Amino acid sequence: MSLLKTKLESGQFAVTAEMAPPKGCDFSHQMHCAELIKGRVDAVNVTDFQSASLKASSLGLCIKLKQAGLEPVLQMTGRDRSRMAIQGDLLSAAAFGIENVLTLTGDHTTVGDCKNSKPVFDLDSVSMLTAAKQLEAGSDAGGNKLQGEPPVFFLGSSVTPEYEPLELHMYKYAKKVAEGAKFFQTQGVYSLEPFKRFMDYASKYDAYVLAGIIPLKSAGAARYMNKNVPGINVPDSIIQRMKESSDPVKEGILIAAEMISEIKAQGLCHGVHIMAIGAEENVPLILDEAGL
Amino acid sequence: MIITKQKPFEELLQMLEGCKNVVLTGCGECATVCKTGSAEALEELKAKLEAHGINVLGSMVMTNSCNKLLVKKEIKQLKEVLPEADAIISAACGDGVQTVATNTDKVVYPSNNTLFLGEIERQGIFSEACKLCGDCVLADTAAICPVTKCAKSLTNGPCGGAKDGKCEVNPENDCAWILIYNRLKDQGRLDRLMKSIPTKDYGAVAYPRVLNTKEEGK
Ligand code: SF4
Ligand code: SF4
Repeated sequence: MSLLKTKLESGQFAVTAEMAPPKGCDFSHQMHCAELIKGRVDAVNVTDFQSASLKASSLGLCIKLKQAGLEPVLQMTGRDRSRMAIQGDLLSAAAFGIENVLTLTGDHTTVGDCKNSKPVFDLDSVSMLTAAKQLEAGSDAGGNKLQGEPPVFFLGSSVTPEYEPLELHMYKYAKKVAEGAKFFQTQGVYSLEPFKRFMDYASKYDAYVLAGIIPLKSAGAARYMNKNVPGINVPDSIIQRMKESSDPVKEGILIAAEMISEIKAQGLCHGVHIMAIGAEENVPLILDEAGL
Repeated sequence: MIITKQKPFEELLQMLEGCKNVVLTGCGECATVCKTGSAEALEELKAKLEAHGINVLGSMVMTNSCNKLLVKKEIKQLKEVLPEADAIISAACGDGVQTVATNTDKVVYPSNNTLFLGEIERQGIFSEACKLCGDCVLADTAAICPVTKCAKSLTNGPCGGAKDGKCEVNPENDCAWILIYNRLKDQGRLDRLMKSIPTKDYGAVAYPRVLNTKEEGK
């Protein structure tokens, strides 16, 4: 049974983190970070060729994490796999006891480092949930019966609280819930007001929400994200704080911890999802500061 | 309309290596509108080829280079010059080139790249509008094609990537789903956004496809 599911269903505040497989076949750095966060987080997402850039596959690191005693969340995009490959990977994941699956559209191939690759997009994040649900019911997307016990998943997807127009995005959110999404991890949150507006919508649906937390590394990085990353809006006051700090990485950790404490204290959602983007070793420091 | 663009001339010259004498054929339909297979385009091509020492023995614009029977008939007008030709250069779309090739024993080379099925926005400006998916969903998407206008062909709503209404893949393009949302909203039909559009049946569009309307009725 998914430990993430158990935690969320018990009504406790859940914490997930995120990790990318290496661009290579040496997983030692990832496994070192895994040791540091083991026991501190409820689950660890493993990204699927994040930013459309080639790395080792998500399933590989998920298996390694599982074997090391961590609870993985398999991220799965529709960009590189047909419905056959997606369902095959889901079955393999289930065989290793990996139940948490996060379905995503995926960035387009042209924005990554294998620009000539064929974009697949056979299934989108909604139809991927449908396909997973079908597997759970014992058949594949073609309606053919599976052999033996069907797999069990704890399905989730992503959402961007500051999407414009939010109403459009929430229609898709509703469809995802209808197709079996039980939890959502959000794009990075830096201000509470827009997040509350989003939660007003989201709380109408029966699904858990984990607010995305991306610790800032510098004022420049914050400005870069504002300009280039859809759905990210770091307020000027935070950029100013980063700029004035003599230790911006530390400041970024503090800001992240404050955001987590605030979200938890106000009971805005069911947990947080920390995306440290290459600085996973800082996750325990953030949790220390947030008192978690 | 089928949108075509001339291949780089260098590429054409490479194809023609060893050819001394050629015949040019164009197309009076789409390729004429795109100015890639019109009478003027053939004139220009002729001048360039001759400047590179390749003789153009004859040239004609087919009425419709993708009509097999018509091409079969019209190509006869070239019967005086074809025997001497080393190759035919067809300035049509990919279909038109193949149709010419089925009607001759000469080697046929394409002078165009065939890009997409699109609409004429203004003279010389074309945009892709339909990917011929075989199972049209426009009824649910306010007559804006998500298969074509969304860079990821998403049929169940947008990805999270739009910024200021523009597509993450190419900021020159509007996000198709925001266009769809705005039009459905204006039409008071936002409820359509809740309808799950079934996954595409790629089995039904396995190519090459053939449509025989005579068989269909039976
Ligand atoms: S859905 Fe789009 S690609 Fe398919 S037939 Fe309709 S317009 Fe063409
Ligand atoms: S931004 Fe809009 S048009 Fe572009 S890929 Fe995403 S949903 Fe499709």
